[in-house]
Amino acid sequence: MLLFLLASGLTLIFSMMGVLNFAHASFFMLGAYFAYQISQPLGFWPALIGAPILVGLLGAAVERYMLRPVHRFGHVAELLFTFGLAFVIEEVVQMVWGKVPVPYDVPESMNVTAFAWQGLDYSAYRLFMLVIPVGIFIALFFGLTRTRIGLIIRASLTHPHMVAALGHDVPKVFMWTFGVGCALAGIAGVIGGNVLGTEPGMAIQLGPIVFVIIVVGGLGSLGGALIASLFIGILNNMAISYDFSLYPIFENLGVERDVEGILADLVNLTTGSIAPLLPYLLLVLMLIFRPRGLFGMRDV
Amino acid sequence: MMPDSRVLSIGGLIVAILIMLPMIISSSFALSVMNQIGIAIIFALAFNMLLGQGGMLSFGHAVYFGLAGFVTAHVINGMHADAFPYIPVTLIPLVGGIAGLFFGIVIGFVSTRRAGTAFAMISLGFAELATGLTLIIVFFFGGEEGVQTDRWVREEWFGITYGPDIQVYYLIAAWCVIAAISMYALTRTPFGRMSNAVRDNPERAQFIGYNTHRLRWLAFALSSFFAGLAGALHAVNVEHVGFETVGLGQSAVILIMVYIGGTGHFAGPILGAILITLLNAYLSDVSPAWYLYLGLIFVLIVMFAPGGLAGLVMMHEPIRHAAPRLLWRMAPAYGAAFGTSLVGLTGAVGLIEMIYFLSTTVSLDSTFVLYGIALDTADIWPWLVCAALGASGGYGCKLSYPRVAEAYSTAMHEARAMVAS
Repeated sequence: MLLFLLASGLTLIFSMMGVLNFAHASFFMLGAYFAYQISQPLGFWPALIGAPILVGLLGAAVERYMLRPVHRFGHVAELLFTFGLAFVIEEVVQMVWGKVPVPYDVPESMNVTAFAWQGLDYSAYRLFMLVIPVGIFIALFFGLTRTRIGLIIRASLTHPHMVAALGHDVPKVFMWTFGVGCALAGIAGVIGGNVLGTEPGMAIQLGPIVFVIIVVGGLGSLGGALIASLFIGILNNMAISYDFSLYPIFENLGVERDVEGILADLVNLTTGSIAPLLPYLLLVLMLIFRPRGLFGMRDV
Repeated sequence: MMPDSRVLSIGGLIVAILIMLPMIISSSFALSVMNQIGIAIIFALAFNMLLGQGGMLSFGHAVYFGLAGFVTAHVINGMHADAFPYIPVTLIPLVGGIAGLFFGIVIGFVSTRRAGTAFAMISLGFAELATGLTLIIVFFFGGEEGVQTDRWVREEWFGITYGPDIQVYYLIAAWCVIAAISMYALTRTPFGRMSNAVRDNPERAQFIGYNTHRLRWLAFALSSFFAGLAGALHAVNVEHVGFETVGLGQSAVILIMVYIGGTGHFAGPILGAILITLLNAYLSDVSPAWYLYLGLIFVLIVMFAPGGLAGLVMMHEPIRHAAPRLLWRMAPAYGAAFGTSLVGLTGAVGLIEMIYFLSTTVSLDSTFVLYGIALDTADIWPWLVCAALGASGGYGCKLSYPRVAEAYSTAMHEARAMVAS
């Protein structure tokens, strides 16, 4: 579900401005680090509110002062800009907080068992991590489709001149949408950073996967992002937890486990070891055979 | 078109410099840096065939560089074990090139159907797949250790063994010149022109009867060939190919190099490759914040000078062509901008270095040496001075940069008037 929270912000930004934000996972990382910094003196709850707001303001500032001037050079320049931004943010994080992970932990009050099911304990925090994204999904969905603000946002996308003629400040709408998208990444950082570990490499680990999700789900589709993030999460967990191996097949064929050369890799291949590859395989296949994704309205 | 005498004399001069260079600068560190530069130049030019000439932004071009490196290492190892027929190491880059071409043809077929964002995404996907596979297919990629090789196979023509680094330098230099000339020649062929057309207006290219997919595919495959050539030279140069050579990091570095150098001009990637490799070799030891500076330079180039450094230089070409004395008239404005930038940079670099020092050093000593001055980070004065320098420099830049733009447009205006009259 964390993946969904990240992907929803990214797809929101993409559907608005046509920009694939390479730095999205970097804003996620900033969310985690801000939360760590705020929670040190004030505790977790102020961090949950404060960190996303900070990240959102930062995102809005980036859009206003940096991305907008780049916009006139075209989409490739924008992509390159966010790519460079991701690079810079990672280095700045290393500069300020160091290269080793910071001790940002799950709050004490939430670190209790909420319920046990089939012999497994589920902590309250896990439940919390599930509830927040679901709440945000519902809020976003209704916000975008049922309210006046959502109407203006969607109209700015399809008919920017008309919306401007009606007296709305379209660039400002873009700026705040970018900010909100970044704030969503910030929330994901706050609630995910303490479970996944807050370290400078977290952005680069998660970034490409988020791209996979929004491409597979269909660019600009909120529902698609939800389905795709669930699908990839389940795919990943299944591959790791069932951990199929090709070895039994080879055993029947009379091949021993300690063979040499090319076969050794095949024999020892397990689904667990290729699990990290599956999302990218899916991305490549999706782009080849159905470039608009599962629920997308237009091609990438 | 025959190259005119000016091009020939410049080319001759470059070749002469390349031959003389190791005789002037002969430290082994400098030699290894020059080897890296040569490889980077080939790779950067190959990358620019995609980005600059073909308009395709790839986040995974190191895949072809790295895979070709692995193939080369295995071929050399196979020659040691007499499993492969003997190929002179002098010609081994061709093996890498063919390997790159092969992967370029296979992967290029599916990834070049679309340009723009879709192409960028698919290249990212392949880069991640390749990185993942290097750790799974151990017999070929050697897992985390990579593949070792030994370039000294046997004595070749004129007693060359590729034992000493100096011989590898001449190998790389020779291939660098050959690759650069052939890539330049490619830009002058109808294929090169059509590649530009597909970049600028694919629809119109289709209307006049060209298959845009096939053109992109061809550009991609040729670019992969030269990337593979560079990868093979890399394998020969360091005698080791690791899993990181196919990874995103390597692809990012080459992208940054090419873009900083300038995608719009043939010499841009060469400039970028030389500059960034030099800075990387000499600055990364001095400053832990080197990658931050690199990222900031890249972002600034994307924001303010999308033509890269070569683009900035070429902007002045029409003025120089009309009247070189106009350039002198612009000098005061440029000098002021340069001065204020220098002041601002001194302050900013001081701040960054001090923060870095505080967050990464574990020693109790709070002083370190910057610009040859010992700074005590526990004291407030260094912070104040650096902040003041940075702020005043930044303010000065705000005043002086519009003057530069003004001076440029005035000079341009006069140059136009002169050409017209």
